Amino acid sequence: MVESNLLLILLILPFAGSVVAATSPANLRNAEVWLSAAVSAVGLGILAALRGHVTEGGVVEKTIRWMPSFGLDFALRVDGFAWIFLVLILGIGLLVVIYARYYLSARDPAPRFYASLLAFMGAMTGLVMSGNLILLLIFWELTSLVSFLLIGYWHQNAQGRDGARMSLIVTGAGGLCLLAGLLVIGHVVGSYDLDTVLASGDRLREDPLYLTALILVMLGAFTKSAQVPFHFWLPHAMAAPTPVSAYLHSATMVKAGVFLLLRFAPVLNGTEAWFWVVGGVGMTTLLLGAFFAFFQHDLKGLLAYSTISHLGLITALAGIGTPEALVAATFHIINHAVFKASLFMAAGIIDHETGTRDMRRLGGLRHAMPYTATLAIVASASMAGIPLLNGFLSKEMFFAETIEAHDNSAFDQAMPWIALVASALAVAYSLRFIVSVFFGPTTTDCPRKPHEPPHWMRFPIEILVAICLLVGILPGATIAPYLRTAVVALLGDATPDYSLALWHGVNAPFVMSVIALVAGCLIYALLARHVAAAPEGPPVIRRLEGQRIFERMLLALSWRWMRALHRLLGTERLQVQLRILVLMAAGAATATFLRDPPTWAPLSLANFDPLFALVWLVGAACAIGAAWQAKYHRFAALVMLGGAGTVTCVTFAWFSAPDLSVTQLLVEIVTTVLLLLGLRWLPKRNQAIRDDVEFRARARRFADLIVAVFCGAGIAMISYTVMSAPLDREIATYFLEHAYSLGGGTNVVNVILVDFRGFDTFGEITVLGIVGLTVFALLRRFRPARESDDIPEQQRIQRDYEVTAEHRRPGETLRDYMFVPSVIMRWMFPATIMIAAYLFLRGHDLPGGGFAAGVALAIGFLLQYLGADARWVEDRLRILPIRWIGFGLLIAAATGLGSWMFGFPFLTAHARYLEVPLVGKVPFATALIFDFGVFTLVVGATVLVLIAIAHQSLRSKRDRPPEEEPDPDLAGPEAEVEEEDGWRGGSA
Amino acid sequence: MELVLSLAIGVLVASGVWLLLRPRTYQVIVGLALLAHGVNLFIFSMGRLRTGASPILSKEGAVAAGAYADPVPQALVLTAIVISFATTALFLVVLIAARGFTDTDHVDGKESD
Repeated sequence: MVESNLLLILLILPFAGSVVAATSPANLRNAEVWLSAAVSAVGLGILAALRGHVTEGGVVEKTIRWMPSFGLDFALRVDGFAWIFLVLILGIGLLVVIYARYYLSARDPAPRFYASLLAFMGAMTGLVMSGNLILLLIFWELTSLVSFLLIGYWHQNAQGRDGARMSLIVTGAGGLCLLAGLLVIGHVVGSYDLDTVLASGDRLREDPLYLTALILVMLGAFTKSAQVPFHFWLPHAMAAPTPVSAYLHSATMVKAGVFLLLRFAPVLNGTEAWFWVVGGVGMTTLLLGAFFAFFQHDLKGLLAYSTISHLGLITALAGIGTPEALVAATFHIINHAVFKASLFMAAGIIDHETGTRDMRRLGGLRHAMPYTATLAIVASASMAGIPLLNGFLSKEMFFAETIEAHDNSAFDQAMPWIALVASALAVAYSLRFIVSVFFGPTTTDCPRKPHEPPHWMRFPIEILVAICLLVGILPGATIAPYLRTAVVALLGDATPDYSLALWHGVNAPFVMSVIALVAGCLIYALLARHVAAAPEGPPVIRRLEGQRIFERMLLALSWRWMRALHRLLGTERLQVQLRILVLMAAGAATATFLRDPPTWAPLSLANFDPLFALVWLVGAACAIGAAWQAKYHRFAALVMLGGAGTVTCVTFAWFSAPDLSVTQLLVEIVTTVLLLLGLRWLPKRNQAIRDDVEFRARARRFADLIVAVFCGAGIAMISYTVMSAPLDREIATYFLEHAYSLGGGTNVVNVILVDFRGFDTFGEITVLGIVGLTVFALLRRFRPARESDDIPEQQRIQRDYEVTAEHRRPGETLRDYMFVPSVIMRWMFPATIMIAAYLFLRGHDLPGGGFAAGVALAIGFLLQYLGADARWVEDRLRILPIRWIGFGLLIAAATGLGSWMFGFPFLTAHARYLEVPLVGKVPFATALIFDFGVFTLVVGATVLVLIAIAHQSLRSKRDRPPEEEPDPDLAGPEAEVEEEDGWRGGSA
Repeated sequence: MELVLSLAIGVLVASGVWLLLRPRTYQVIVGLALLAHGVNLFIFSMGRLRTGASPILSKEGAVAAGAYADPVPQALVLTAIVISFATTALFLVVLIAARGFTDTDHVDGKESD
């Protein structure tokens, strides 16, 4: 139990540390280092405590049920194999933290670095600990994301950004393939639980989807582990700070891919497809990586290609897939992590202390930094596979595996030869690394004078090199038990007998090692000078850069093809889009009717009322008139729109919907006034627009007319059919029967809104509030068009007349012509408030309610703005509509939450009658409080919109440069009146 | 009655759709408002047409549900009225903003060529 909780701590610790690191101030650099080191050290301590539980196939598990219905558990699982990975992740993480302390300069932001590093550590920890495929994928993607941040840590330089983006795209795309692959596996096995999947190897291999799953999972692993042809991102990721490269490309990121390979090897391998795909890719990568590495001039570039090559070696071993090969692969993962981390760190020191990483400019550094030189030489020797070092041991095992016959194909026959060539190249590039940097004439043209780094910067390398030596000389006493733990966890009963001894006698692998060593030295001796003189990159195929192909593809995919597709299919024109939308809607409806024709009701004039028909004759005329006139006669169209609205309102009243009628009437008033206010800002009528006379425009309008008539006729048919059909009133009956007994109100519509379906109403008023705020934000940002700034023509004529006329003073008419209405409007204000209160209070029992009352009160405010200038009103009446909105929402939400206190679900209403002295029995329902929230919000939102539009004319003058100010004669308050919209806007 | 109202809905929708496809912002707003009327009436009519049967209960006695008009579409339409008001207001403001920003009242922000 304790140990399973330790797993949780192990996972949470780095993430918690990351949050702390990210939020601490930038000047606490040492504190960040201590924090990160402590996180890794505690993690290592936990691992030490878990050690006893994972030997001999033991597994520590911790499962938290997450979404069991989807087979998704938060399952953590550490066996010996995961354990050894965790040691690498946290151990090398600790060393990298120490190293980075000295590597990063004081200018580099420490919080971001350590926060990303810890987050990455956490993601890797989670990845290897996942006991569920989906969880594993989540952490897998997390490593891609965080590595993006780490590689692009120096985002000020373009290389860092490009490298980060490239690695994210490649590994992210691989992650998607992996997701698909894991889903296929989960589908075949019937579970996403790792233990179940690991036990279902036979079922998987026999399934017809096996190959699909294999390819998809492999795409994930290959992209992550930089296998050919996806290897190109890794050298570009070298733009990262060296501690990041040392961490990501030795022990963690790229090892995630081979971790996955080995994890699934016992389940997926044993088939020809596995051998050819994984083995083939691995061998190719091994060879090409080593070949490319030899031709690099950049130290880190050489190490990057060497990493690719070694990952290819591990992949090839996984592809061979025998238990012995998997042992060798696991062993080489450990060894490679150790020597490659130390080499990256050494390269970083060289870069740090000399200012360059170009091997052609470096030389003779053994004099200036003898310790670092010694350490680097030992580590490179391990990379080359020299005896007495750890790299030698796993390489011998690899040789032994390649010699074994597998399927006797040409590829199988070629394997030892490929291994031999790659190994010779490894010797050659290791030699090049050592000789060109530490030997030869002492460098003179370095940006900095080389010297030894601070001791603690070298310390991590010392540790790692010591491990190289210890494991290399005394494998049995050092690494053997740990390796056994890992291998037993991986292979179980299939664990082979293997020997880690240094000396197995003169056998084939040893002979191969010797040949490789000699051949490598020869290659170096023959080619070194030639390579140093040539441009960077391998000969012949130098121009065939993965990066360039990648960028071409990216450009084509994300830009050229998309542009072409956009040109072909897209449009920026709203009319076209709306036409498509309308046609799709009409088409969908038509298709439904064609497939499943309804029984059309016979036309009948049952209960025909000539008065109603007459009302709608007017209504239809208004609608058509509005449609006809909206272009050039906006005001007329607005009046007719109002007419159609009023007829709608009458219809509601006619057919027993008084609530709708009241609300519609009030909303109609507000809408009309709003549109009137808006008319001021529209451009003048322009009949010269070519559109109207051209044949194409006419044709388009004719087509639109057909579409419109079709839609109208269709909806008329549907409504007639539905209206003539009988109705199942089950829901209606429920609401009617329970409105009073449960909701305490006799106005059923209102009870439905504020009680039965209160949550819908809550959502709706939220929308209304958002609209109010959006309007406010939009109009703060934008200014009216310039041509609307001038005073309207009518006012100008009036002004000119007043200037010349003897008995008139300028501005007089404009000031006074609305005098009587404005007084009336002012006096109407208290009455409007009364009406609103009346509508609100009767709402629960009679037509009215929060919406209607809110709009009514908003009309009260609106009248004040209409009757006088905005300044005048605001000097006397302080309206804070945003607060009204806020309070309204708060009241409604609080009423809803209040029901929680009594143990009921959100927005459960309560109704009762209260005995009030003198007045008597008064109905009281919590729904009324909710309705009050609705009321407040509706007032706020409506008034906010009105004020925002009204203020347009204030700001249009205020924010212009002074020379555009209108005539000072007219600049007094109330000097400006709109003929068209009857609204007075003041001006500065 | 049903026939008249169906035709009315048809006319409102047709006018609305026609305006929706026009190039001037003001036309589109008027079109949306007409369309909103048509759709509101359509939803309302789904509860069938009843005269003199407002869903206002009396406080005494058992409720004879058949005696009242269907309140459910009415509640829906009440919500729809308020929301269509909100969208009209929003579009109006977008119109004003776009007009100030682009110096034209064409829906695309520029005159078609």
